[in-house]
Amino acid sequence: MLLMHKIAVIGDEGSIMGFRALGVDTFAVASPTEAAEALRSAARGDFAIIYVTEGVASDIIDIIAEYSHRPLPVVLTIPDSSGKRGAAMEKIRRTVERALGADILFGKEGNA
Amino acid sequence: MEIRVSPNRMQLLVLKRRHAMAVRGHKLLKDKLDEMLRRFLELVKRDRELRAEIDSALANAFQGFLLARAAMSSEAVDAALMYPKERIKLKASQRTIMNVAVPSFEWSFERQGDDSNIYPYGFAYTSSELDEAIRLLSRSMSKLVELAEVEKSVELMAYEIERTRRRVNALEYVLIPNLERTIKYVTMKLDEAERGNLTRLMKVKEMVRERGV
Repeated sequence: MLLMHKIAVIGDEGSIMGFRALGVDTFAVASPTEAAEALRSAARGDFAIIYVTEGVASDIIDIIAEYSHRPLPVVLTIPDSSGKRGAAMEKIRRTVERALGADILFGKEGNA
Repeated sequence: MEIRVSPNRMQLLVLKRRHAMAVRGHKLLKDKLDEMLRRFLELVKRDRELRAEIDSALANAFQGFLLARAAMSSEAVDAALMYPKERIKLKASQRTIMNVAVPSFEWSFERQGDDSNIYPYGFAYTSSELDEAIRLLSRSMSKLVELAEVEKSVELMAYEIERTRRRVNALEYVLIPNLERTIKYVTMKLDEAERGNLTRLMKVKEMVRERGV
């Protein structure tokens, strides 16, 4: 299979600047349209992991979902500088619910 | 709904064979589903652990950057971060969990220049908050990569589990009951024909006896 070697971070400038210091490719976006464009071009390029900050991810959730059934690239939401909003956990919860047919895991533990 | 077949012994044999096959397939699929669920729940657990760790690590890192921006001018921060000293090298490959292809990553930092520290700038013009934030971020990188791996696996496994469950249910609630009903129907038809035959024979025998006497 094709080897993809790069990591991308898409998000607002304040959240992603730190990643630049680690040699990760960063794409600063200001609007949902820009974010969608950045994600699509990153997915076409040789990025294996694309991190999207939560604030941005909530606007382009449909496009992120397009990549969910393929092994690569991995599109992942990470918290941004404005504090976490729990969207990533919510996504996992929904995935689990779909797979198990019931929300046994999180319901039992009180959504901790 | 029954499967439409002509009720004869040959068909009954075929149906019984199909039924046995369906039952075996159902058992195998169900075992597969159970094992997949077990692995899946492990992955979900790991995913949640990683998420929790990353959430707090990143929150701290972001706060560090915020403080750094407050202490320094934002141009100075940008300039300090402009030329990364490290370069992430990522190697993506695939492995399979229960026949589901999931990505697997190997990664490392590739240092450029001297090896003494990870900071892409001198210490003179930058605040210590920036150092701390970068250190935190750099440390969480391994977790971030693992999270990518785990979370993708969770997603792909969920999809596969859904598919397998659908097949198990189709076998359990549709195909197997259908086959059973059809087998019953054919058996009853055959029995009925058998009884009809018997009655006819008895009747014929009676007529023969009446005429003979």
